[in-house]
Amino acid sequence: MLRDYLKNNRREVLAIAFFLLAFVAYLSTHPRGVSTYVLTIWANQATVLALVAMAQFFAVVVRGLDLSVGAVMALSNTLASHVVTGSGGEVAGGSILVLAVATGCGLINGAIIVYGRIQPIVATLATGSVFTGIALLLRPTPGGDIDATLADAMTYDVAGVPTALILLGGILLAIHIPFRRTGLGVAMYAIGSNEAGAVQSGVRVDATRLTAYAAAGLFAGLAGSFVGYVTFSGDANIGPSYTLNSLAAVVLGGVLLRGGAGTLLGAVVGAFILRTISALMFFSGLPPLAQPFFEGLILAIAIALGGADVFRLRNKLEVLER
Amino acid sequence: MSAFVAMKGVSKLYGATKALTGVDFACEPGQIHAVLGENGAGKSTLMKLMSGVIQPTEGVIELNGTPVTLPSPRAAQAAGIVCMFQELSLAADLSVGENILLGAPGTGWGFLPRGRLARARKLLDRIGGEAIALGARIEALTLGERQQVEIVKALMRAPKLLILDEATSALTSTIVDKVFDVLRELKAQGVAILFISHRFHEVEAIADRVSVFRSGQHIDSFAAGSRSQAQIIDLMIGQPMDELFPPRNAGDIGDEVLKVEGLRLPGGFEDINLTARHGEIVGIGGLDGQGQGKFLQALFGIMKGVQGRIEVNGVPRSITSPRDAASAGIAFVPEDRKTEGLIPNMSIGENLQLSALSRFRGGLIGRGNGIDPAAYDALIAELELKFAGLDAPVSSLSGGNQQKVALIKWLALAPDCLLLLDPTRGIDVKTKAQIYRLMRRLSAQGMAVVLLSTDYDELVNLCDRVLVFYNGQIARSLSGDALTPEAVVAASMGVADAA
Amino acid sequence: MMGFAKRHADPLIPLIGCVLLIGFGALFFPKFLTATYLLQQVQIAAFLGVIATGAMVVILLGQIDLSIPWTLGGAAIISTAMAASGHTALEVLAIPAGLGFGLLVGVINGVGVAVFRIPAMVWTLSVNAMLLGLAVINTGGFNPKGEASGLMIAVATKTTLGIPNAALLWLAYGAGVLWLFRRTTFGRALFAIGNSEKASFLSGVNTTRVIFAAFALAGFSSALGGLLLAGYANQAYQSMGDPYLLPAIAAVVIGGTSILGGRGSYAGTVAGTLFVTLLTSVLSVFQIDPAWRQILFGAIIVAMLLTQRRRIM
Repeated sequence: MLRDYLKNNRREVLAIAFFLLAFVAYLSTHPRGVSTYVLTIWANQATVLALVAMAQFFAVVVRGLDLSVGAVMALSNTLASHVVTGSGGEVAGGSILVLAVATGCGLINGAIIVYGRIQPIVATLATGSVFTGIALLLRPTPGGDIDATLADAMTYDVAGVPTALILLGGILLAIHIPFRRTGLGVAMYAIGSNEAGAVQSGVRVDATRLTAYAAAGLFAGLAGSFVGYVTFSGDANIGPSYTLNSLAAVVLGGVLLRGGAGTLLGAVVGAFILRTISALMFFSGLPPLAQPFFEGLILAIAIALGGADVFRLRNKLEVLER
Repeated sequence: MSAFVAMKGVSKLYGATKALTGVDFACEPGQIHAVLGENGAGKSTLMKLMSGVIQPTEGVIELNGTPVTLPSPRAAQAAGIVCMFQELSLAADLSVGENILLGAPGTGWGFLPRGRLARARKLLDRIGGEAIALGARIEALTLGERQQVEIVKALMRAPKLLILDEATSALTSTIVDKVFDVLRELKAQGVAILFISHRFHEVEAIADRVSVFRSGQHIDSFAAGSRSQAQIIDLMIGQPMDELFPPRNAGDIGDEVLKVEGLRLPGGFEDINLTARHGEIVGIGGLDGQGQGKFLQALFGIMKGVQGRIEVNGVPRSITSPRDAASAGIAFVPEDRKTEGLIPNMSIGENLQLSALSRFRGGLIGRGNGIDPAAYDALIAELELKFAGLDAPVSSLSGGNQQKVALIKWLALAPDCLLLLDPTRGIDVKTKAQIYRLMRRLSAQGMAVVLLSTDYDELVNLCDRVLVFYNGQIARSLSGDALTPEAVVAASMGVADAA
Repeated sequence: MMGFAKRHADPLIPLIGCVLLIGFGALFFPKFLTATYLLQQVQIAAFLGVIATGAMVVILLGQIDLSIPWTLGGAAIISTAMAASGHTALEVLAIPAGLGFGLLVGVINGVGVAVFRIPAMVWTLSVNAMLLGLAVINTGGFNPKGEASGLMIAVATKTTLGIPNAALLWLAYGAGVLWLFRRTTFGRALFAIGNSEKASFLSGVNTTRVIFAAFALAGFSSALGGLLLAGYANQAYQSMGDPYLLPAIAAVVIGGTSILGGRGSYAGTVAGTLFVTLLTSVLSVFQIDPAWRQILFGAIIVAMLLTQRRRIM
């Protein structure tokens, strides 16, 4: 059983091993040692990226792509800095509004892709520009406020465990584990793996794909909200780096850009790898100016290693299909 | 008895191409109805119409006497019409169980009814799929195992009309028998079954009624057993069989053109020796996936890690890419002309030039590539290629004419050795005959022709010598009087000797 | 590459868009119809046009190059630093070194895509991240020192017979690429691989070499764009390439090139480039708030894509 699991989830297992390596290195080099404080800061940073990576996962698994995740995140973040304040009821209502708007953005993407038949990459590039513009309207300069009680609750710890990790664990328990046992989850994988086959099997392809993009929007909204919990403010310019890192994260986590393969857990692990490497760099003793280069280099090496199994393929036509 | 599904005056057009014209057709409950016809006769179009994949251009489809529209496979399945498609509908990344439950009637977006898998397990076991684990990924299964999963997937959808489109093509006869037992049981329960197969003995074994299609038309329907095999074939191809294949080369077999010694690919095939001589057509047979396809791909430089010796006209060649193969004088017409042989969106002219692209001097198109344009014209005339102009995209051609382009683009290079993978699959009889005549002429003129085919008729009637692959090795070499359909089938199944 | 009608319809929609933009602008500002304004737009469009040419070559393959920003920036930093170094030898080599850098980056991109088969999107992205890292090491995070050479300034800012030199360079570069597309086996293989890499490989095309060459050409184009921009601003600056990545891709796809590869015309890319440049100009002349500029830019591009899509189907 274990061997089967390792064989079928080789990429995730590799990613987890790589992450653990980086994580141990990080903890052992951290000048202040292991503490709840250190862990919480690390977890909060990683969680934001993990949420965006989850968003990207939903688009990628249906053989798509969402280059607007960063923009939706910025839009949610700036909106949250207006509406997630005040009384308890207002905070709750505002939080729901933020997620609803983000899901709506995802639905717009999905509609343009499904009904307008425009390639996801260009469609979401363009809508990303629109969403960023709206975020700029909401917050021309960084500012605003986020309810401190909520923000603290989300970004501190519970009995020494960072709340962010509990939140992520909850999401994974609620979605990752049952995902492949639901009609929706299997349909998403089937569309990514063999779209014609999915149609023939009676899958509602359009509706499923639309749902995948809506989910991408929702998770980008969660990510934007979480940035607000960390920074207590809204900033319209946070998007671009997250969009690009979300792609890197899903690929590092073993999600194939061709769709139909990989898991939500993998996307989260990929995000944690990226963030842990960045954190590791920070305390590595490398000159600060050299850190961005080494970050890029390690990313490139990790991605190249992930692709190295092409050299094992005997049939060159199979190589071309990758 | 009244029909469950009936088609009245149904036509289907793709642009100017008529896939089906004015078809009346009905299938009744409790009957196994075999549909026969050449590839391209319109059988697949018929199935796709019934199962909601495509909509008729004209005519109506009736369900229990009421006209219906079937806008999607999902709608058809809800009405009880379940199709097992020739192009497999399985998602390779998902498990067997997930595929079986995928999109099944009564499942929504919520939790899948995994309880049903117990029944799937039983069905798999019944049709000889004991070794297929429900948790295994489709990717790891053989073609035959995938077909078994497809069958179970269809059976699990409680069909009132079950359509099997070449559902058993990769299965061994033992497993086919088990599948047939299940089908007979369904028939007894009143399920209508449409059965498409190229294997006559299968049709004879199971069908109650037979319909023949040709060139998009419903030619005839009759009770199974009321016509002889020869009569049915004449109906299918519209002309007597013996005109299809040109006479064998009466003259001498000449020098060795292609010589392969001890070729092996770990995990693919072992120790293959083959010589193809001037004047002969060498056939390669066997069930799917016995190593014969990989062997031809290896000859053309597609496989990595190939060991052994390849000689063309006595000169040893090291072939590690299609480019190497082409410059060694080897041409290769792949199995799938739409994705491998041709580029459908590009023009006929551009496709014809593609395999000669690297020969243009200085990388400049128009500077000449050593090929006389007249060579193309002669081949186009010989094969009677029907086309609007060289600027028209290849996708505007019929299947048969596309295959001609795939052949001409290589033949213009005047190769020494021609490797063909099932070149007549899915094309009309007239084109088939033209291609067979061409192969004979080329072989007589000194080209070594190696033909991989899944069609026994082709192997037996066209080839001079047939090598049958089994389990990665050449199981038998048949020629002369020993070259009979029975011998080819027996060798394919790994049976030592049919006689 | 397809039929006559299709080939000429690609630039049609963006050109109609250009006319509408100019007409709309002229309603409020008569200067839109002056030769000065239009020539100035063509000059600015030339920078994007050269970059979009490279982007198009890679998109025709069905790939994408996201390393445009720092290929462009890196080339500009190298050239301006060498041009201002005070050593004659280095000054002479300033431009070739910048362009060579672009070629080198292109080859690195090609290795990842053609040999390791890494999706171009993530590979070129991580190459971009490394280039950014190198630039940070090099400049210490401050604006790079150095200045453009006389030739760079002359090409980017001066005119010949009233026509901006940059536009003339774009014209020549475009003509060269058009010749590559139409008359060379490289061009034919580019379209063939974009349609079906498998069929091309099986026809004996050296697909690896073509992918290498395409990425190298893209890197060269980005570098050339970088040198032009450095000449225009008389310096290289941090993140100078960032504002060019999305407009370059937008110009290519608005011009009718399929993002899946294998289909597109150079005239379409030229028209797309002019449209994107004019759109940016109109949005800025009307002093529209940056936020609204982004919204309108995105929305208009979606509308253009939907119209192109309708025509193709």
